[in-house]
Amino acid sequence: MSRNLILGTLLTALFVGAALLSFVWTPYPTDTVAITERLQPPSAAHWLGTDHFGRDMLSLVMVGARTSIAVALVAVGIGLGLGVPLGLAAAARAGGWLDEAIMRMNDLIFAFPSLVIAILITAIFGPGATNAIIAIGIFNIPVFARLSRGAALSLWRREFILAARTAGKSAPRISAEHILPNIANLLIVQGTIQFSLGILAEAGLSYVGLGAQPPIPSWGRMLADAQTMVALAPHVAIIPGLAIVLTVLGLNLLGDGLRDRLDPRLGMVCA
Amino acid sequence: MLAYALKRLFILAISLAIASLVIFLVVEVAPGDPASFMLGINARPDTVAALRAELGLDLPVHERYLAWVSGMVQGDFGTSYTYRAPVAQMVAERVQVSLPLALYALLLSTLIAFPAGIFAAARRGKPGDVAVMGATQLGVAVPNFWFAMLLVLLFALKLRWFSAGGFPGWDDPLQGLKALTLPAVALALPQAAILARVMRSALIDILHEDFIRTARAKGLSRRQALWRHGVRNALIPVLTIIGLQFSFLLAGAIIIEQVFFLPGLGRLIFQAITQRDLIVVESVVMLLVFAVIVVTFVTDLAYAAVDPRLRRRR
Amino acid sequence: MTPSLVSKYLGEREGQRPSHLSDRTQSGSKPLLEIDALSLTIHGKPILRDLSLTIAPGEIVALTGESGSGKSMTALAAMGLLPQGAETSGALRLDGTNLCQLSERRLCAIRGREIGMIFQEPMTALNPVQRIGDQVAETILVHKAMPRAAARARAAEMLARVGLPPERVPPSRYPHELSGGQRQRVVIAMAIALRPKLLIADEPTTALDVTTQAQILDLLRELVREEGMGLMMITHDLAVVSEMADRIAVMNSGEIVEQGATARLFAEMRHPYTRQLFEASRHRADLPEARPDGPLLRVETVTRHYPGPRQGLFRPGRAQVAVNGVSFEIARGERVGLVGESGCGKSTLARAILGLEPVQAGAITLDGAPVYRHGKPDRAVRRRVQVVFQDPYGSFNPRHRVGRLIAEPFHLLDDPPRGPERAAAIARALTDVGLKPDHAEQHIHAFSGGQRQRIAIARALIIRPELVIFDEAVSALDVRVRAQILDLIADLSRQYGLTYLFISHDLSVVRGITDRVLVMRSGEIVEAGETETVFDNPAHWYTKSLLAAAPSLPRPPGGGQEDDREPDAR
Repeated sequence: MSRNLILGTLLTALFVGAALLSFVWTPYPTDTVAITERLQPPSAAHWLGTDHFGRDMLSLVMVGARTSIAVALVAVGIGLGLGVPLGLAAAARAGGWLDEAIMRMNDLIFAFPSLVIAILITAIFGPGATNAIIAIGIFNIPVFARLSRGAALSLWRREFILAARTAGKSAPRISAEHILPNIANLLIVQGTIQFSLGILAEAGLSYVGLGAQPPIPSWGRMLADAQTMVALAPHVAIIPGLAIVLTVLGLNLLGDGLRDRLDPRLGMVCA
Repeated sequence: MLAYALKRLFILAISLAIASLVIFLVVEVAPGDPASFMLGINARPDTVAALRAELGLDLPVHERYLAWVSGMVQGDFGTSYTYRAPVAQMVAERVQVSLPLALYALLLSTLIAFPAGIFAAARRGKPGDVAVMGATQLGVAVPNFWFAMLLVLLFALKLRWFSAGGFPGWDDPLQGLKALTLPAVALALPQAAILARVMRSALIDILHEDFIRTARAKGLSRRQALWRHGVRNALIPVLTIIGLQFSFLLAGAIIIEQVFFLPGLGRLIFQAITQRDLIVVESVVMLLVFAVIVVTFVTDLAYAAVDPRLRRRR
Repeated sequence: MTPSLVSKYLGEREGQRPSHLSDRTQSGSKPLLEIDALSLTIHGKPILRDLSLTIAPGEIVALTGESGSGKSMTALAAMGLLPQGAETSGALRLDGTNLCQLSERRLCAIRGREIGMIFQEPMTALNPVQRIGDQVAETILVHKAMPRAAARARAAEMLARVGLPPERVPPSRYPHELSGGQRQRVVIAMAIALRPKLLIADEPTTALDVTTQAQILDLLRELVREEGMGLMMITHDLAVVSEMADRIAVMNSGEIVEQGATARLFAEMRHPYTRQLFEASRHRADLPEARPDGPLLRVETVTRHYPGPRQGLFRPGRAQVAVNGVSFEIARGERVGLVGESGCGKSTLARAILGLEPVQAGAITLDGAPVYRHGKPDRAVRRRVQVVFQDPYGSFNPRHRVGRLIAEPFHLLDDPPRGPERAAAIARALTDVGLKPDHAEQHIHAFSGGQRQRIAIARALIIRPELVIFDEAVSALDVRVRAQILDLIADLSRQYGLTYLFISHDLSVVRGITDRVLVMRSGEIVEAGETETVFDNPAHWYTKSLLAAAPSLPRPPGGGQEDDREPDAR
């Protein structure tokens, strides 16, 4: 086990664990206001201090992890679920109209940063965590489509695919049986990277008010609330940010570690 | 080369057409009638109808789309529902903040990332590389708006080197640039971390290529081979990332503006969303998408300048 | 060439060297390069052991052996370009200066100036984004040998010298605009731009077609003679060695097992490994008599073209014809060869016969049934044709076990065997190709290249196809393994009466394993006939030039125990 992998797994496990734990237990309830306790620095009673409503920051960070992780995870799921089949189909028909259509559609989606998609969705449905999921998820589709198309294309040129074709297997069957297992590692690695990018994107969207809405705690929302209080109580701004940094760092380290472990050659495919 | 540029231009035009259609249709299905929204709940139906006619909202969908597009081509973005002012004028003022901010950040990010990436690649596995890679690992993980808050905390509130926000305008360019410096740094550093990693891994891949060995066999030192043969070839993947980064920086600029209270496109669009001023939302979104598509086009041309193989084919 | 540039560059600290040189003057000419008891380990793993070899000015010395024998590492050691973790002992002296002890800076001054190097793969050896003239001039400029303008002129002159005159191939071209042979010429121009004393060529023609190979070998020979360079030539091809080298060193697992003057070495062949290599190189499988029995495959005026690069935005590219009006037949029980250089259309033709791609005109039928019908391959026909590919490493899904891999063609059967029946079929297929039934449980990475090619044959034969296509099936193998696989094909022919189409760029291989041969050039079959007749009395000029270009082995020692006719004959 490499150092990256150990550290990445630990950090990821810490935040996923905290998120899961928050369903059954948090040090303090997050939905009660205690104005007398507001903006307290970290102490024995409140390890990470309290926010401007006097709520316990540790509890908020734990519940916030839930939002971030859920949004990013579902967004990765959307990207994988739609992007990979599209990419595999494009590779199987490389050079054909289907390939061209899928790739042009991808290029077009790339022209819409997740923020812009979120703005458009919010314009229709109003703000909410679902918007963030859809916006980030849509942006993930071309990422996975391109990656799987590129990797699949180089596999389609390999002779074992030709051999499968001479065995009379159809393109969908070859994609499922021979291509997908051989690009699975690549997808896992990219999945962790998109997961971490999703957490960053969710934080940004919540920060500008396009993501999770109060009273659902989210790290981006906490930072937006903290902004006017930075000078008074820096910890309310620093702590949610650190939570984001450590989670993203953990996922990135996990991704790097997995890449080195699963297949060193993948590094080249990725770049 | 000309054929290549023409083909890219053709793709650019198609992309713009489809993007504008998508944006138009999305705003079209958005609930709420702008005219009644503008006039308030108590407006009389005939007043609303008159305003609808004035805004051209009673025309069929395809005519309104064509009117919108042809208006934009001529620089007419319509009239804001809430401010009753031309959108073009409002946008023009805001672009003066957002675009320079994004470009400033892009410049900073490139200026930081290139030396860092090349430095790390040249010392692969050595302490210098490990240090740079550790720093980029951290940089990639930092949300830029949070980093911006930390910068405000340190440089504006504690050290008082910069003001914590606001924008004095471009009357004094130096003051304007100064006001954009902290936001640009906040935007640039996380992107620089990504770019440096891409530069490093592209260079390391290229250093394994046969032609680097050929260059060494000619008598070039490791460093000469890296600079003369590695960097230009590494630019090919790096350019892709720079092109993509522009769209992230533009989006990032919109978010960062919130931290520094900058009167940019971000403020405009978030106000417009809360006020349901959909024509402003539509125009600003179109402008952002336009910028990204144009940058993609420029990136494609830059590719051809770097890679002679592209000039002839495709 | 005594007052060497080496001493000019390196003599400052080791000025006493020239006196040392006289020690090394042995038997007539003084060696230019002297490898003295060189040993090399990489990360502790021994790569070269106690290597000693000399090269005199104007002499061509060949290092030969199979892959992994350490010949390329010897070349890199001489260039001082060993990978990280390499440790050497012994000495590598160029004009008396021990290169192993030089600093990197001094080595840089020697590389390109005193020693030039040519690599195997011309397609990747040049920087794709730099003009060829600039790349040649760089050799000169990096050594500050001339001002820029003079360097450019010299670069153009050197390109002309290697057969790329400015009126045909201007120095302003980019590598992607050149053919493989032309690129290799650019690499040579770069290597000789400063007229180095020693030239190292690592498999310089392995990636090239046989006619291009002959031209490049001629060029190298001419340069060595005219410029008085020493040439260290590294190649696995004994025929090339025998035609080029003055002296030969045969390497096996990091050691030189035998060396000597070419003629004498071939005459004596004292070491058993040398003999094995030689015999494997000229090996002819013992193919049973063909018993043709009615037509099986019929290819009628088949044409296949691909869309070419677009000429403009709205102008589609001119179609590039890969196969142009090709017709031939293969009878049941017949073994047919298809030879031609790369890009001649032979692989396209193979794919069309396999039903992997449609053709634009003509018909391919098996027993009268078309292989491709209504826009897709016909399953009933396809199950009668199987294929063995070239690359033993790319032909198998690394995630499946051997049993599953070779059973893949069962997919073509309407009622594939299951359970014990399937296991028995797999076991028999493995036994047939000389492997064990329990190999079915292993993953493919556990097998060597030769074993993998056996597995590929087992996969092709498991459904007892009526026609097998061998697409460059032995081209990636070392000579001794290649001989074994050819023997295996002959054995299987004896056992099962195979009908096959054997596609190869290598004429000598086709000769021993086929009854009839088709010669293909630019998408057309230019000559067809009995293999022996075509090889002995080629009718078409192209066949003649192919045969003339192919280097041949000398006669076997002792007048040829097993042979009566030509050295190359069966």
